[in-house]
Amino acid sequence: MGSIAEFFQHMMNGLTLGGIYALIALGYTMVYGILKFINFAHGDILMVGSYLGLFTFNAIRGQTMGPWTILAFFIAMIAGMIFSAGLGMVIERVAYKPLRRATRLAPLLSAIGVSFILSNMAAWMWGTRSRKLDYPFDNTPLHIGDVSITPHQILILIVVLVTMVALKLFVDKSRIGKAMRATSLDQDTAKLMGIKSDKIISITFAIGSALAATAGFLIALEIKVYPSMGTMTGLKAFVAAVVGGIGNISGAMLGGILLGLLETFGVALLGIPYGLRDTIAFVALIIILLVKPEGLLGKVEKEKV
Amino acid sequence: MLNFVLLILIYTGIYALMAIGQNLITGYVGLLSLTQAGFFAIGSYATAILTVTFGWNFWLTIPAAAILAGFFGLLIGLPTLRLKGDYLAIATLGFGEIVRNILNNWDSLTNGPMGIQRIPMATIFGMRINPYTKYSFLVMVWIFVIVAYILFERLAKSRMGRALEAVREDEIAASSMGINTTSYKVWAFVLGASVAGVAGSLQAVFILSVTPGVFTFMVSIMVLCMVVLGGMGNFKAVILGAFLIQFVSYFPQLVGLSNVIPPQFKQVLFGFILVSMMIWRPQGILGREQRSAPKKLFRRGGRS
Repeated sequence: MGSIAEFFQHMMNGLTLGGIYALIALGYTMVYGILKFINFAHGDILMVGSYLGLFTFNAIRGQTMGPWTILAFFIAMIAGMIFSAGLGMVIERVAYKPLRRATRLAPLLSAIGVSFILSNMAAWMWGTRSRKLDYPFDNTPLHIGDVSITPHQILILIVVLVTMVALKLFVDKSRIGKAMRATSLDQDTAKLMGIKSDKIISITFAIGSALAATAGFLIALEIKVYPSMGTMTGLKAFVAAVVGGIGNISGAMLGGILLGLLETFGVALLGIPYGLRDTIAFVALIIILLVKPEGLLGKVEKEKV
Repeated sequence: MLNFVLLILIYTGIYALMAIGQNLITGYVGLLSLTQAGFFAIGSYATAILTVTFGWNFWLTIPAAAILAGFFGLLIGLPTLRLKGDYLAIATLGFGEIVRNILNNWDSLTNGPMGIQRIPMATIFGMRINPYTKYSFLVMVWIFVIVAYILFERLAKSRMGRALEAVREDEIAASSMGINTTSYKVWAFVLGASVAGVAGSLQAVFILSVTPGVFTFMVSIMVLCMVVLGGMGNFKAVILGAFLIQFVSYFPQLVGLSNVIPPQFKQVLFGFILVSMMIWRPQGILGREQRSAPKKLFRRGGRS
């Protein structure tokens, strides 16, 4: 294999991984943008969403691979998204909303509690064994020159792209999106202008959680599903959000893609041992915090007295 | 039965040390650190490697464990503590995972997932502190807890303690009063890490072996629960918290129901403890220690 082909191969793998990170990072960044707090349970909502998607797919997929399994795949994905959106809203209502005027530490601790409840309930109910989604369609790699691309990767890239464009349009153009931006700029003033900020916060959690479920379902397709999957995945996606500039939607997309590429190229070209792959994100976090703490696309915020 | 009671008391002691450290960081400075497990692991491995591989005396490994854990605390604290507190939570969470990752992979030093076995028992004046009979070990652990309690309590009442609380209440105001906020935060973090390192040492001579599987995120969460449950900013309270959490952990064994109750049950319970304490009693069971000055001299008008 020539070196250029190799480069494109890693590029492709990195983009797939990065797209998934980006989807998850969006949830962190949207919540942070409005409530200024890290939703620690985000990764676990992703886990629950991917389990639900997996169960739905197994229930409806039937025996033979065909057009129906592809449709079933999307139905299962949407089912997981809807369930996660509901879960995200309930969690916000029960565990975070009462703490909105409390100290900064309180919602953070509450979120850790929620994360622990979700991941351990899942282990309890569904076992710690990891599962994988059955292929909805033939996954023989396609060859373009020397670069091989699996249909799964194409599917993931398409889903990620469509979701991101839809989200960007929603936030930039729709009325609710406008209200979201207003709430994130100044919650109290937004309230005075007649925006129901509680409702907007609820919607933000729903969207973020649905995106996480989408990402989780894609992970189920490419990698696997297990109760503690949310922790590391969530951590890395958070790093992606910080790298891009937390609170900034385009930043989360950029950060996710960058982190995916960094991990793939780090192992492939820089010779970082595979066992230490998870360390890359963490080192990236430290570096970005030291060099440009507001992130690549973030605004510098001065704390006021 | 008695055996379990002793076991609970010993673990209460070991975890109380970690909780005291966490309390300085979270209760006094208001920073969320999620890596007591990492420092605990560093302390444990320091003692294990120094006694088994290098033949050191156990008592010498304790300061070594404390210094090593403190050094890593400095390493992780310096870059992250300059920033807003939320980042620390993520950075420390990552750090804990990386420590475990490295312990798992650095075979030549840590023997990988197998861990290090046959750690010699601690001795004092030629007497062995036998973890199996437990009594002498219990006394040793609690001597450590009492010493740590007195030291940290003194520290919290000192100028540094007041500075730390000022940082928690209002960092900008504190720094304009001439408090070097970053340096105080880093110091608190290093001290909290060191005491967790000492707890690790004790754990190593209690179990007499170390394996990376012990030092999961779960340990950090348990320590956090102890602090939150007892009462942030109150050292007596976190020791009580340590006891309560250990009691809950061993409750199934204590009543002989460990076959019926799944192991995840207690973890789910810890999660509920965190959430419900935050909502209904954020100050914990005992609450913060009251200062003599009235709590609110001036009420804030309107909302800020």
